[in-house]
Amino acid sequence: MTKRISTEDAPHEKRENLWLLIVSPTIWAVHFLFSYITAAVWCAKVGSPGGSLQPVRWAIAIYTVIALIGITFNGLSGLRRHNFGTESLPHDFDTPGDRHRFLGFATVLLAGLSAVATLFAAAVVFYFFDCR
Amino acid sequence: MSGKRFIECPVIVFAVALVLAGCTGPQSSLDPAGREAERIAGLFWWMAGGAVVVWALVVWLAWSAMHGRVSRHTERQARLYVIGGGVLFPTLVLAGLLAYGLGMMPALLEPAPPGSLKISVSGEQWWWRVRYHTADGGEVELANEIRLPVGEPASFELESPDVIHSFWIPSLAGKMDMIPGRRTRLVLHPTRTGTFRGQCAEFCGDSHALMAFPVVVMEKDAFAAWLTAQRAPAATPQADAGPEARRVNRGRDAFLEHGCSACHTVRGTLARGAIGPDLTHVGGRLTLGAGILPNDHPSFVRWIAETDRVKPGVLMPHYRMLPSGEHDALAAYLESLQ
Repeated sequence: MTKRISTEDAPHEKRENLWLLIVSPTIWAVHFLFSYITAAVWCAKVGSPGGSLQPVRWAIAIYTVIALIGITFNGLSGLRRHNFGTESLPHDFDTPGDRHRFLGFATVLLAGLSAVATLFAAAVVFYFFDCR
Repeated sequence: MSGKRFIECPVIVFAVALVLAGCTGPQSSLDPAGREAERIAGLFWWMAGGAVVVWALVVWLAWSAMHGRVSRHTERQARLYVIGGGVLFPTLVLAGLLAYGLGMMPALLEPAPPGSLKISVSGEQWWWRVRYHTADGGEVELANEIRLPVGEPASFELESPDVIHSFWIPSLAGKMDMIPGRRTRLVLHPTRTGTFRGQCAEFCGDSHALMAFPVVVMEKDAFAAWLTAQRAPAATPQADAGPEARRVNRGRDAFLEHGCSACHTVRGTLARGAIGPDLTHVGGRLTLGAGILPNDHPSFVRWIAETDRVKPGVLMPHYRMLPSGEHDALAAYLESLQ
């Protein structure tokens, strides 16, 4: 196998943005924390042990929609990087172009994982109706 | 069969038998005796079955990848393996197990019907204060033992005055934390009679592992008779001059003289302390020291004289300094509290 020569106008190493990778997992973590804290505060301060959890379920649904929108944008951003140039997988050459595509592909995968995890965390709204 | 295999077979059979032996007993969630524990055991077996299937599938895929002919796989098939086996399949399996597990929760958290037996349990370092609420609004305080009628729901209110404990009777239900400043609830539906074991399931200090209690599930009539007996004050020691009665009377006097009554209650006597366990019917319990010693004379003597050695960190001081014969008399008195 010969090494590919990148002739694309990929960003320089110093201009590459690693933060994009952790955006989706961070949204997932924040969604989980917000959902958990909202339910905990509501049941401790507002709802009685058998009190309705309806407002919290709506809040979690709204958090979930917002989180999924954020994760989708992050995933699409990663997808654009993954599709940069004309090369296909695997992006495993030591070139600015493959580095750019690899980071994009990793962002897409993490966004997918975060989306599934966010939906799993939100699944509780279908099962819990009160503060018991 | 070669000699090596001849030796290996019994070893494997023994190892499997040893592991399976752990599936039963008075403290096994895999040997359920309550409705909630049956559901949890069902969840365990589904999870275990799912894990075995996934494991077998992964091993088969790994074997195929190593020994299968690469030329047979098109790129499309390879992608199908990676995306289908690595993304879709685990996601669907996890979603199914999550839905099944979450679906059980509402039923497990369902409150007991009105009029059910109500019991308050307070987890304290390192024993259990148990209060039965009777139908007439009264209370019967006991300690370190719980008895329940079979086939009847029992509603527990759980609390703690010191640190977080966790109330767990694996044979009957899942565990529930006891949190200072909060009151948590748990409902049990025992389905068969027997003696089981509860255990604190949240590390709570030096003697956390020594904080257990027996749980007796009884027929309804036997339970009603037992609760009536527990409600009664302690029997007054006989006034006759027999040697056993004299020993019991000496023990009762020692109990009051040495300050035991400052911490313990014995209903029907001057002992009205509320810091330690209620001892009104301690002689009739199955165990001593919160499930760690058998209820017999030597254990009473050992508990009184070596409290700090039997249960490290316990608030109750040891009474090694008592004159000769006092331990024996105290033990005889406590044993008499049936």
